[in-house]
Amino acid sequence: MISHLIMAPVLLPLFAGLLILLEVRQRLWLRRATGLIATALLLPIAFLLWQQAAAGDITVYRLGNWQPPFGIVLVLDQLSAMMLLITALLALPVYLHACRGDDQPGANFHSLFQFQLLGINGAFLTGDLFNLFVFFEVLLIASYALLMHGQGPQRAKAGLHYVILNLAGSSLFLFGLGLLYAATGTLNMADVGRVICAGELVSPLLLQVSGALLLVVFALKAALLPLSFWLPGAYSAASAPVAALFAIMTKVGLYAIWRMWPLLYGLQDSPLHGMVSPWLWGLALATIAFAALGVLSAQRLAVLASWLVLVSVGTLMAALTASTPAAWAAGFYYMIHSTFAAAALFLLVGLISAHRGVLADQIEEGSGLSPLLGLLFVVLAVMLVGLPPLSGFIGKLVLLQAVPEAAFWIVLLLASLLLLIAFSRAGSTVFWRHQAGGKPATLPLAAAAPLTFLLLLCVAMVVLAAPMMNVAASTAEQLANAQGYIDAVLGAAEVMP
Amino acid sequence: MSVLFAIVLLPLIAALLPRLVQSMGRSTVAIVTALPVLLALLLLLGTAPSVLVDGELLQAAVPWLPQAGLMLAFRLDGLAWLFALLILGIGLLVIVYGHYYLEKSDSGGRFFSLLLLFMAAMLGVVCSDNLLLLVVFWELTSISSFLLIGYWSGQAAARKGARMALTLTGAGGLALLAGVILIGQTVGSYDLGTVLASGDLIRSHALYPLMLVLVLLGVFTKSAQFPFHFWLPHAMSAPTPVSAYLHSATMVKAGVFLLARFYPALAGTDLWFVLVSSIGLVTLLLGAWMALFRHDLKGLLAYSTISHLGLITLLFGLSTRLAAVAAVFHVINHATFKASLFMAAGIIDHETGTRDIRKLGGLRRYLPHTMALATVASMAMAGVPLLNGFLSKEMFFAEAADTPLYGSLNWLVPTLATIAGMLSVAYSLRFVHDVFFGPVPAALVAHAPHEPRRLMRVPVEVLVLLCLAVGVFPAVVVGPLLAAAATATLGGELPEYSLAIWHGLNVPFLMSLLALTGGVAIYVWRAPLFALQRRWPRPHAPAIFEQAVQALVAVAGRFVRFIDNGALQRYVSWLMLPVALIMLAAMASRPDWLGEHALTPVDGLSILATIVAVLAALATVVLRRQRLVALLMISVVGLIVSLAFLRLSAPDLALTQLSVEVVTVLLLMLAMYFLPSRGVIESTWWDRSRDLFLSLSIGVGVGLLALFAMTHPGATISTFFIDNSIPGGGGANVVNVILVDFRGFDTLGEITVLAIAAAGIYALLENLGLCLPIYDPEGRPWAKDRSPLVLQMISRAVLPIALLVAMYILVRGHNMPGGGFIAGLITAVALVLQYVASGVHWVHARVPHNYHPLVAFGVLLAGLTGLASLLLGYPFLTSTFEYIYWPIVGKFELASAMLFDLGVYITVVGATLLILARLGKLSVVEQEEGN
Repeated sequence: MISHLIMAPVLLPLFAGLLILLEVRQRLWLRRATGLIATALLLPIAFLLWQQAAAGDITVYRLGNWQPPFGIVLVLDQLSAMMLLITALLALPVYLHACRGDDQPGANFHSLFQFQLLGINGAFLTGDLFNLFVFFEVLLIASYALLMHGQGPQRAKAGLHYVILNLAGSSLFLFGLGLLYAATGTLNMADVGRVICAGELVSPLLLQVSGALLLVVFALKAALLPLSFWLPGAYSAASAPVAALFAIMTKVGLYAIWRMWPLLYGLQDSPLHGMVSPWLWGLALATIAFAALGVLSAQRLAVLASWLVLVSVGTLMAALTASTPAAWAAGFYYMIHSTFAAAALFLLVGLISAHRGVLADQIEEGSGLSPLLGLLFVVLAVMLVGLPPLSGFIGKLVLLQAVPEAAFWIVLLLASLLLLIAFSRAGSTVFWRHQAGGKPATLPLAAAAPLTFLLLLCVAMVVLAAPMMNVAASTAEQLANAQGYIDAVLGAAEVMP
Repeated sequence: MSVLFAIVLLPLIAALLPRLVQSMGRSTVAIVTALPVLLALLLLLGTAPSVLVDGELLQAAVPWLPQAGLMLAFRLDGLAWLFALLILGIGLLVIVYGHYYLEKSDSGGRFFSLLLLFMAAMLGVVCSDNLLLLVVFWELTSISSFLLIGYWSGQAAARKGARMALTLTGAGGLALLAGVILIGQTVGSYDLGTVLASGDLIRSHALYPLMLVLVLLGVFTKSAQFPFHFWLPHAMSAPTPVSAYLHSATMVKAGVFLLARFYPALAGTDLWFVLVSSIGLVTLLLGAWMALFRHDLKGLLAYSTISHLGLITLLFGLSTRLAAVAAVFHVINHATFKASLFMAAGIIDHETGTRDIRKLGGLRRYLPHTMALATVASMAMAGVPLLNGFLSKEMFFAEAADTPLYGSLNWLVPTLATIAGMLSVAYSLRFVHDVFFGPVPAALVAHAPHEPRRLMRVPVEVLVLLCLAVGVFPAVVVGPLLAAAATATLGGELPEYSLAIWHGLNVPFLMSLLALTGGVAIYVWRAPLFALQRRWPRPHAPAIFEQAVQALVAVAGRFVRFIDNGALQRYVSWLMLPVALIMLAAMASRPDWLGEHALTPVDGLSILATIVAVLAALATVVLRRQRLVALLMISVVGLIVSLAFLRLSAPDLALTQLSVEVVTVLLLMLAMYFLPSRGVIESTWWDRSRDLFLSLSIGVGVGLLALFAMTHPGATISTFFIDNSIPGGGGANVVNVILVDFRGFDTLGEITVLAIAAAGIYALLENLGLCLPIYDPEGRPWAKDRSPLVLQMISRAVLPIALLVAMYILVRGHNMPGGGFIAGLITAVALVLQYVASGVHWVHARVPHNYHPLVAFGVLLAGLTGLASLLLGYPFLTSTFEYIYWPIVGKFELASAMLFDLGVYITVVGATLLILARLGKLSVVEQEEGN
């Protein structure tokens, strides 16, 4: 008897999204209830899967009962399980936040949200590069539609940039896959690694070109400089819950690089070995620096938050490129923190905008705001700037320890300083500078609950820092063991009759 | 050792309380704040016998993140005990004082919560037994002090002062973090005891200068040492209790505390001596000089604080054991007299409404008690004998006179020290004389100030009493405490020193005497000095800071916009640039492009088709501004590609390409209806050269690589598909079996993409109103008859035939060219034709047109087919097939994959029509409005 649980993170949002589409009369409560049940169910499923993966074994699910590398496989290891869990933990509060009104006006928000989750979960689970392409498409189209949700000229412009760049990226992806297939004769991730190790490559040149092309595509998804320009516009134009959900999207691109690193880019026998690291390293540091300047120059809170996402992209890419298990473990910790914290910031900006009316999230003097919003802002700022004692500091600390490179230290610490200046400036302007008189509108506690949940997750990351770093370390170790992955995916276990 | 945890954590946990009980009245808030502090203080005093008398080292540790060396570890040695006493003791007095100081309109809850948070952070700093934990609390003091300084957030000065303090101390904190990690990695442990014992290892390390500079950056920013001193005077926008606490006894002392703490690990080198002592000396003089000319009472005290911190820093820098003892002693003395002076300044401000010395005078008549207290505290600050300030200053003079380290400049240190002493006397005198003596300004007479509430004076009285007690009976009052703290600082034996009031007529005493008389002289003849000072440029730090930040923001903005100009063309070229570079690199490696696989022989038809395709592609580029023509040219390319598929024996691909082409062009035509028919020339010469370079290198590269790939065949997984198509998948059409079986999961994903696209586009165009032109660009009106009769007739006749063909292609797809995707497109084209020929209204009157459920149903059908295999215990999407004999039809195959394919078919039809109906509807609405 095989367990089908691994399919659930894909099938649940798929069927939920379809059922919502089927619902012709567009009853809002029914859509919300369906979406909520599906989103909430993801949580226990992801947790069970994570527990299963944490035991150390890699689970392989053969779709259509075809053996790899011929059929498509879903692969659950600690990294994919961790990503699923992050997604589930992020999706629920974001969805709850959206159900307080951001899902209106406009059609199909609820099904699109589920399809977005389908794409994200599928990309984390698949063990096949072409299937990854398919899920990237699901992601892209769903995110484009979500980005445009609610309409407006700003969104239309940012959405156009987003979709055209990413469609161009999709064609590059396809071409890269074609060349990779020509070079290795396979599209199964593990099999690519096996072919390289076994020396069965048709041509090292083809592998180099295809690997480099795929890297360009992944870097576009991850928003690494100079392929990051679409991000600030797109994220800052999106509605608050959509932008918050997008906090995980750049991580999909990073995940793809991370996944292929031990099998392709960082593999000792690979013709690509050592070729991409110097480029990625330099670009990662440039991304941090450039994004920090972007944070400083932001005139709107949502723009500031978007640039912050880029800071974390650069930081993570540096950790990835450092290519040691310690750096990866630190990177994983930082990734979880930055996803939750950035999402919480987007949600908070949404609340602030709603309270300030026309002024929205402009970093300008306005009317007084509820002290609760101020408190949440301070906590988030401390977290995102990386000040003690919250998760951002722990993340920065382990990263600095794990990547003892002078350039990285200088860039990261200076970026932290710029972030500190930017946040104190934005915060004191928005929260402290206001016309006298008029009691600030009170914030219903329920409105802040979803983002408070995200904040509490980050606080839990501080309290449970030690066990979490253990998990991160074991995840990194398993990921780095390419042979283990290849054996698990392609190994033994016959196909069922 | 739970007492240790209790001492540090009590204020931290209690920090929430004041905010929570805010509604229960001001007194409740104050009591709730004071009680935990009192409790912590009592606990601390309880450890006095073991720490101070027995010299024990109390430690307690709980792991936090041991992998990174971060432990929740605390220690209580003499040094930590001394600072904890200052923090809790003065903290308690400040709470009492603050309760009476705050106005009714101020939020006491917020104030005291922040104060407790700050207190906890300070306790954490001084009690940390782990370097990283120390940094954690260090930064917490920056954050909480930011919120305290900005407490009156309505005032611009408070906001700016707070931000300036945070920026500087925050920057210092980052440097400290880097320094601490370097130290930790050098020593191999972040445990304070281990680090302090590894002084030699650290000092001999190649990176020692870097570690020292980084740590000192943290120290100097926090303790407001030159050139980072300027934030402190502007932090005076904080409520006075905050100044009395943060800027006399605690936060600014965190810096010098760190000097003391790291003394065994970092001190003792020439670099330490040069950096620390020179910075301390400059700060000492600068602060004293500036203090003299402040008109703001708190400003005077702030600069005086800077000066005294410089003195302490200088003492640590002198690097002798006696100097270190003097430094610790001065920490105690400065905290007591400065806190009381700040409180006195606060009382004056509170009662007269001003802190400007020029507007004050003769207050001895109104505030006699306050005058007495302030006078004693000022005398302590000036270093008058019988007060505590005199003793430590005497020790300082002794050390300064004794410094052999500056070589031929040995006379410089004692001279400058004496000058600083004179200035200190002068500004102390000014503080007392200008405020309490002389004539009463007219404005004050009307104001008629009176003494504050009795309890508001109590904290000041306690502190002043301490100044006296220490000054008169030093050995009894502070002897053991100083000894314990100094021992912990030095990490070893104490030097010989005596705490007597009278050491005989020696050099330090003479310097003291000189300072006193000189100070009085400076005060008496201060007018020329003031005139001189007025002529100096007086930079306004917040303005400069603000300008610097603004400039930084502006430069950052300009730079960001310079790189990211918001143009999609640039974004795409950035995406294509790496691709072009990859292609160029591949070409530069000059591989053998033609491999062993022979080329297909060319024939005339292929050549012709290729030429047409190339010409059409070129025409697309050249005629791109005439959009309709360009679109037609693209469709020519698409057509040739489908012909090529046919020629190369890929009928499935050819069919698919053909139908996709038709649907795409139709949809594009609909979209173009809303666009101007001609593009505008916007690209510059440079843009076009860039694009030419990118497209040429990528195009040539792709072509060559394709050639390379196809002439270098290798073993691929495709043989498996061919071998297993019939036995495993039950279909002879390998392409279709791959689509619906081998890689059915991909197909499920792709039809989901279609469904999403349809749902998304629907949402996108909903409620969208576009203005339609009534005339074309040449000014001709658009034709009114939208549905040509011939097209109508033909299209209606075509529909049933097309549907029949679609069904046929769908059913046979598993074994012969065809399948759900192609069939769906054919159906869609036939229906689209109805829309085009007869209009949306005509079609919608006859066909149910909410396609949402259709799309969903299609994907659902495919998905459920896959789900069925789960019931039989097989993985998702496992297919099965059976051959059935029907009487007339004969042998007939039923495969579960066919059901899947039906789902594909329905989705394709639904999605295409959903999009189309939406696009079509746009124009309907608008045209009706136009009529």
